[in-house]
Amino acid sequence: MKTMTYGEAIREGMSIRMREDDSVLLFGEDVGAFGGCFGVSAGMFNEFGERRVRDTPISEGAIIGTAVGSAATGLRPIAELMFIDFLTVGMDQLVNQAAKMRYMFGGKVSMPMVVRLPAGGGVSAAAQHSQSLEAWVTHVPGLKVVYPSCAQDALGLMLSAIDDNNPVMFIEHKAMYAMKGEVTNYEPIPLGKGDIKRAGKDVTVIATGKMVLEALAAAKTLEKEGIEVEVLDPRSLYPLDIDLINKSVGKTHRVVVATEENKRGGFAGEISAIINEDMFDLLDAPVVRVGALNTPVPFAPVLEQYYLPNSKDIIKAIKEIV
Amino acid sequence: MKLSKDVMKDMYLRMRRIREFETKAQNLFAEGRIPGFVHLYIGEEAVATGVCENLTDEDFITSTHRGHGHIVAKGGDLKFMMAELYGKATGYCKGKGGSMHIADRDKGILGANGIVGAGHNIAVGAGLSAQYRGTDQVCVCFFGDASTNQGTFHESMNMAAVWKLPIVFVCENNNYGISMSQDRHMAIKDVADRGAAYGIPGVAVDGNDVLAVHEAAEEAIARARKGQGPTLLECKTYRHRGHFEGDAGAYKPTEEQAAWIKKDPLPRFAEFLKENKIFTEKEIAKLDEQVAEEIAEAIKFAEESPDPELESVVQDIYSDIVEEVRVR
Repeated sequence: MKTMTYGEAIREGMSIRMREDDSVLLFGEDVGAFGGCFGVSAGMFNEFGERRVRDTPISEGAIIGTAVGSAATGLRPIAELMFIDFLTVGMDQLVNQAAKMRYMFGGKVSMPMVVRLPAGGGVSAAAQHSQSLEAWVTHVPGLKVVYPSCAQDALGLMLSAIDDNNPVMFIEHKAMYAMKGEVTNYEPIPLGKGDIKRAGKDVTVIATGKMVLEALAAAKTLEKEGIEVEVLDPRSLYPLDIDLINKSVGKTHRVVVATEENKRGGFAGEISAIINEDMFDLLDAPVVRVGALNTPVPFAPVLEQYYLPNSKDIIKAIKEIV
Repeated sequence: MKLSKDVMKDMYLRMRRIREFETKAQNLFAEGRIPGFVHLYIGEEAVATGVCENLTDEDFITSTHRGHGHIVAKGGDLKFMMAELYGKATGYCKGKGGSMHIADRDKGILGANGIVGAGHNIAVGAGLSAQYRGTDQVCVCFFGDASTNQGTFHESMNMAAVWKLPIVFVCENNNYGISMSQDRHMAIKDVADRGAAYGIPGVAVDGNDVLAVHEAAEEAIARARKGQGPTLLECKTYRHRGHFEGDAGAYKPTEEQAAWIKKDPLPRFAEFLKENKIFTEKEIAKLDEQVAEEIAEAIKFAEESPDPELESVVQDIYSDIVEEVRVR
């Protein structure tokens, strides 16, 4: 067992595969000697050299495009975008190229690439450096999407993401990089396998990323009031572990879906719709979503804290249906 | 360097194949046999041919919405191409891509592309891959004049130059971005001048002269193979048809069209071959006949091929996940 931060676990996952396989390489803005904007790749430049840990010019379209072209021709690239918000600049390469090439070409090309996407708010980075854009990427057929909520999952999901022969969007919550966690397992965590972070019988909170921590905090508070909350982290948004959701809903019959996205049009709505369509008979109450306000992410700490969903919002939502 | 008779023959055949394929595609589209859009390469054959004659199957190309010519020139299978235009199960993409998305990984064809300027970025990836793996492969990135106004052009030229990637950027300057003539969409005459902005050679050649294209491409490709970095090669040419079939091209002045038809690369090369006594008129007619048969066979193959099974629509999105078929 080892204690490491969320950021170190991402680095460890990348490094393990890079030690084993020369076709794996990392590139992005300032990922080299500088160590990445959040220090995630610190030290990797020294271990692997500039050939494999490569600084790029500030050109997000070309960064994702380089991943596409190199993945199609025999490499297994990991591309880092400094912030998920910069996806807008590289969106064509992601949506029209990476996601669709395999299909458009009749299955005759492989696209083993990972795009690392630091997301989320809470650090006063304001509207262009704090977004949660899960819905944008989960909406696109051809992409897989993962979002770890702890160091162990970050490591295991990174291994699987690199091993996968499809484009995998690896969402990282930037406010979690320094959070420590125990890592006991160095095996890949299969994409599409969720995890029960806390078992309970009264209500299921399906939460992603940092909202898993808020859900666990809510569960702890409600425990004192005799409400047993089950916290389900899908870990992988696509493919989604519908079986695990079904099992949990079958036990608790009540669901809150908590994500950090703007509530309007978020992936939480998709999870909610799946439950309503396919598990309605299991429900004793409507599915409730908890999300951020439908505004751009504000700058001032007081405004941002008001904007972001937290454990109190989750508690309030639970009390509406329990 | 003097080219051998075999190379001349091969280039003539490639050009003729493109012309015949495109002329037939034009007719079949007009007859309603081919759905969707087709963007024809007629008039630009010397560019793809002169460039691809210098490549092997190991080398890569990225292509455009006007991609049939590149794919034929790079050795794409005419039957699978035509079947894909028809949307048949036997097509290159099993009927999932169509005219704008034909690819052949075994031939290094990284796909035609429906997004103007998208190939630039993909070429950087292929170039990096070749350099990273330590091969002598090169990637040729084909694109039109108007795509050099996209941000992707700037990003990719810069990245390829700074990393000295083995890429040849081939601009097919046909003087139009859809309906907009070059003098209206950029303030310079030679796209090749843009190479200077990236510290790489920019070379402009007569894109309707297959020998000139071949020579310039040979040099640029050799440079790339030697690790000396990318070149921007501008081939000045002209598309005889509209942007797509159905566009009558009313924006192209009649005199301009007539002047370019006179410079049609195919009769021009045929003339050259006859004048220099490389082939007789009869021998050329025989090559034409051979090509006509190949294309007729491709059309027959496409016509007789089955439509894709409906269930195939949910396959090939991922390597390991098949989506659900329609249930509601």
